[in-house]
Amino acid sequence: MLKYVLKRIFYAILTMFLICFITFFAMNAIPGGPFNGEKAKSKAVMKVLNERYSLDKPVLVQFGNYMKNLLHGDLGVSLKNGRDVSQTIAESFAVSAKIGLIAVVIAIIFGIILGSIAALNRNKWPDRVIVFFATLATAMPSFVLATLLLLVFCIQLKWIPVWSSTSHSYILPVISLSLYPMAYITRLTKTSMLDVLGQDYIRTARAKGVSQRKVIFVHALRNALIPVITYIGPMTAGVLTGSLVVEKIFTIGGLGSKFVDCITNRDYTMIMGTTIFLASFIVVVNLLSDLVYKVIDPRIKLS
Amino acid sequence: MDTARKNPDMPLPKKNPLSLQLDLSKFEKATDEEKRQQDVMSESTTFLKDGFRKLMKNPLAVGSIIVLLAIILMMIVVPHIVPYTYSGIIKVEGVKDPGAKNLMPFEYSEMEKAYMAKGGKIFPHIMGTDELSRDYFVRVVYGTRVSFLVGVFASVIVVIIGVLYGSISGYFGGRVDMIMMRIVDIIYSLPDLLVIILLSVVFRETLDFSKVPMLQKLGANMISMFLVFGLLYWVGMARLVRGQILTIKENEYVLAARAIGAKPKRIIWNHILPNCISVIIISAALEIPSAIFTESYLSFIGLGVALPMPSLGSLASDARSGLQSYPLKLVFPAVMIILIVLSFNLLGDGLRDAFDPKLRK
Repeated sequence: MLKYVLKRIFYAILTMFLICFITFFAMNAIPGGPFNGEKAKSKAVMKVLNERYSLDKPVLVQFGNYMKNLLHGDLGVSLKNGRDVSQTIAESFAVSAKIGLIAVVIAIIFGIILGSIAALNRNKWPDRVIVFFATLATAMPSFVLATLLLLVFCIQLKWIPVWSSTSHSYILPVISLSLYPMAYITRLTKTSMLDVLGQDYIRTARAKGVSQRKVIFVHALRNALIPVITYIGPMTAGVLTGSLVVEKIFTIGGLGSKFVDCITNRDYTMIMGTTIFLASFIVVVNLLSDLVYKVIDPRIKLS
Repeated sequence: MDTARKNPDMPLPKKNPLSLQLDLSKFEKATDEEKRQQDVMSESTTFLKDGFRKLMKNPLAVGSIIVLLAIILMMIVVPHIVPYTYSGIIKVEGVKDPGAKNLMPFEYSEMEKAYMAKGGKIFPHIMGTDELSRDYFVRVVYGTRVSFLVGVFASVIVVIIGVLYGSISGYFGGRVDMIMMRIVDIIYSLPDLLVIILLSVVFRETLDFSKVPMLQKLGANMISMFLVFGLLYWVGMARLVRGQILTIKENEYVLAARAIGAKPKRIIWNHILPNCISVIIISAALEIPSAIFTESYLSFIGLGVALPMPSLGSLASDARSGLQSYPLKLVFPAVMIILIVLSFNLLGDGLRDAFDPKLRK
């Protein structure tokens, strides 16, 4: 077990290094730097600026320096506004994380409940209704859903003000972020629940006279949730990176919208900072969900 | 009962260890009726025929095939019938008509009304017009074309790379497999949307396609999108194909082919791949909607196809600015995306039910 964990951690670190490498060279390959653009600056000013942020050195040297600073926990300052990158990330991530976390929790809870209801009422009307809406929801991109919600609830019905900073402004972004994963979890739970309900040990439990409630919650659900747990890692990653469009539509200044902005601005340190932060978050979540998966399902051999 | 004991007089036939020692006198000839029972009742069928028959029995799959065919037909036919273009302002008698902007469906502008009063014929604006006086129906059809093509091509790229990579890795196994799969693992764990956004910016800005005539027409954005799909999305397919091949290559017929001296290429191509074709088809069909999703997503944040070429994502994005007054402009592309993705999803599910050997009963 320990060997497996160490191996996975090693690969996670390798992945992170690769992401840093790709991002650094990719962003340097985009024509234009952070300082050309806005107002035309004189050559002397450009030279001083480039020297100050050591942009005049070869890319490989810059990369080495960046990695050295990174290992000391220093993400540098934004080339655009001079603010500390890690502080900016922390502030904007707080917003994204709040919405994303609520969306993830809602998706998991409702997905499991709806999936179980569908499986237990197989081919009856609750099953058909749930499957119909789940199929429809998996065909709807989050930005279409978000814009449609905005149209219906803010413009047509005027239930929710378009721009507001109070708690109810989270309702629409959370719905638009959580619907797709919720539908996916519903389908996942339904299939694996049906699978489990057909197993021999469920019949044995029923034959022993175990109550229906106990059969579902103690015997069936625990085993049916294994595929759902593996999906939680990729889902969290998807919700976090996918939030950038939803954030844009609802004009929430989260991390996602920062990421797109800093790419168009060629704000090198911000690009690196946000990429590393989001990527490490995703890599860690994936690693954890993989390990948890192995722990809770003893049938899976460690390899 | 043993015959030998019943008739002790009958001489026992010579013992032959390989003979069954059947006594022919104990058999009787089959009647015609019994013979007829042995006839094969159902037609002989191939794997594909059988799967196709099953697919046709699934109403959801048939429905989605009909919807997809209708959409494809619309993509091909409409640009030839409707006299408007996706990028040009509507013209009345060769004169540009700036008054024809933001019309509702089947509404006509002042100039068009005047022309129709004179007895001229105007093709109706089935979905109205946009804020630059362009016919919206044609734009939606072209947007559908772009999104559809991106989806299909991305899926083709994924299948080619994924099958090649996966079959090599799975067939050769050992150290080759380990190294190749570690690469796949790493690409798999990259946060795809971040990398896609970054790479599509990089490719769009750095690659120059103006010299290559075929590619130039597609536009740098489109090509960079295909490149990104080709670089990132094949890993799922490669894993799938490898897993299939690992089990199939243990079969005796592969061993037999190898014993005869068939080369790896021939074994993979003729003996192994036909046996995992169903899995490949199913996952290729499910790859299309996910590519359409990504494309519309990229177009929505302005990293997709280049203007004035529309895609469903960019149309939905443009519609946001006039959402309050012209909500229909969002509804049309949104319905189109949902319809396409839904049909492909249902078709993929239907294909899985029909072709997946594991689900066979």
